[in-house]
Amino acid sequence: MLLRILRRTGILLASLVASTVLVFAFMAVLPGDPARVALGVNASDEAVGQLRREFGLDRPLAAQYLSWIGGLARFDLGTSYISHAPIGPQIADRLMVTLWLVVTAMVIALVVAVPLGTVMAMRHRRPSGVLLSALSQVGVAVPAFLAGILLITVFAIGLGWLPANGWTPPDQDPVMFVKQLTLPALSLGIVQAAVLTRYVRSAILDVMREDYIRTARAKGLTPTQALRRHGMRNASIPVITVLGLQLATLLIGAVVVERVFVIPGLGSLLLDAVSNRDLIVVQDVVMVLVLAVLVVNFVVDLLYLVIDPRLQVSSR
Amino acid sequence: MSRIDPGIGAAGEPLPVGGLPRRRAGASLLVGAVLVGLVVAAALVSFVWTPYDPTLVDASSRLQTMSARHLFGTDKFGRDVFSQILVGARTTLFVGIVAVGVAGVIAVPLGIVAAMAPRWFAEPLMRLLDLLLAFPALLLAIMFSAVYGGSTLVAMIAIGIASIPSFVRVVRSGSLQVLSTEYVLAARAAGRRPVAIGWRHVLPNVSSLVIVQASVAFAIAILAEAALSFLGYGTPPPVPSWGRMLQESQEMLFTAPRLAVFPGVAIAVAVLGFNLLGDGLRDRYDPKLEDRR
Repeated sequence: MLLRILRRTGILLASLVASTVLVFAFMAVLPGDPARVALGVNASDEAVGQLRREFGLDRPLAAQYLSWIGGLARFDLGTSYISHAPIGPQIADRLMVTLWLVVTAMVIALVVAVPLGTVMAMRHRRPSGVLLSALSQVGVAVPAFLAGILLITVFAIGLGWLPANGWTPPDQDPVMFVKQLTLPALSLGIVQAAVLTRYVRSAILDVMREDYIRTARAKGLTPTQALRRHGMRNASIPVITVLGLQLATLLIGAVVVERVFVIPGLGSLLLDAVSNRDLIVVQDVVMVLVLAVLVVNFVVDLLYLVIDPRLQVSSR
Repeated sequence: MSRIDPGIGAAGEPLPVGGLPRRRAGASLLVGAVLVGLVVAAALVSFVWTPYDPTLVDASSRLQTMSARHLFGTDKFGRDVFSQILVGARTTLFVGIVAVGVAGVIAVPLGIVAAMAPRWFAEPLMRLLDLLLAFPALLLAIMFSAVYGGSTLVAMIAIGIASIPSFVRVVRSGSLQVLSTEYVLAARAAGRRPVAIGWRHVLPNVSSLVIVQASVAFAIAILAEAALSFLGYGTPPPVPSWGRMLQESQEMLFTAPRLAVFPGVAIAVAVLGFNLLGDGLRDRYDPKLEDRR
């Protein structure tokens, strides 16, 4: 088990380093230099030269890379080419907003998908199960930003129950915070729930075919009892894998949903930086998103150990 | 892919009508094919006929509701929504075809090579692809747009690259199965070169997997293109695109919510179609899975 943890940690660290190289190389090979891009085509050569010196862009790429990851390791993400403000605190603020959104969406997805997927599996081949299954297919086909627009149309414009957009920090006005969080979190969450439902369903269907469930049924347990006593833990393994992948999808999906609901999260920061051609901010935000995805995958791997005791014994 | 049950395993044979699961497997294939057919038909029709020029701005017919003249009404510039939807289908399919093509051309050989290559080569390659999985299509496309500016081409390539890792995984695991069969062993014993084995034995036998994966990747590409165009980094105006129509509709939600409905339904129909098609094909090609869906 220790070997496995060490192995996974090694892979995580290697992936982290490799992804910093990937992101840096990608931003470095771009045509034209970031200082010129930031200042625009009409900037004088002196101004461009000065910005290049100020941000160390005149150094060799290797030196730039090392100072960038050196900063990352100290949580110093550098300063913006445009606003000259430090990027780290800005990203931290925005990340909090995005996390509120993503975590709430995840909870919504779980609360909807686990019971629904279980019902779908238990009613497999019955009309109600087939109907739910078809509905989940439709849900999978709806992008989160479309769900957002539809929810705004119905609940903000049509019924007037909730605000159509905006963001209030929870410590400022908790009621407004919840009101403004509801629609964006729902639009992300419902779509993810549709995806998750299908995985829950197939995981439970797989488990219900196992010999130990048949044995449990032979002992006189009802299907629901057998599932609860023996099936749930086993079915949760593939579901947790998907949850990890979905967190990554949600983080990226939040970029678009934040745009729909005018929420000042990480996605808005990324999009603003792209339109301002503030490439160092783009690089940092992308890195934070990739880092989050890698760490989530790592945590998922460790969770297997908790859920599946068999893995604790064998070394692989 | 073992084909133990010759009844429904072999491609090209009609699915036998039997119990509910088999009928449903056929149903997703049928519904998927119909929906995809609808999108393809809309795209094809748009080449020869649209009721109006989809980019024609007509101030005198702004924001008209649905009528016989304008089937889906007009937008804030007086452009005919139905014509835009038709031409938008073309954009959507074009992006999907190029993105999936880019992914397939790179990923299929790579997947076969990763299955046949020695461990020291295959292992780092798969790790690198795992890493690429941390860059979803949308993120990659936004990064590309930051550097090259938003365009349809940039979107297509970014989406294509992002689809490579999952494609390679599917092809590789299929290839590994084929490589463990006896006919490959026989071919090896007969002195066939690895390239010939890959080309003559592995590729034809993983082709069904490739088709299924292509269908799924197509659905993802449509979603990504729509999101990108919605953000303004995909298809630039005036070329009609469902994603951008949605974005333009957002400011009109109070006055004309129907403007969001048509492109929204179009996107959902296209994605649903390709997803169902992929599911249906998977059930058809792999009878072992048939029972589970």
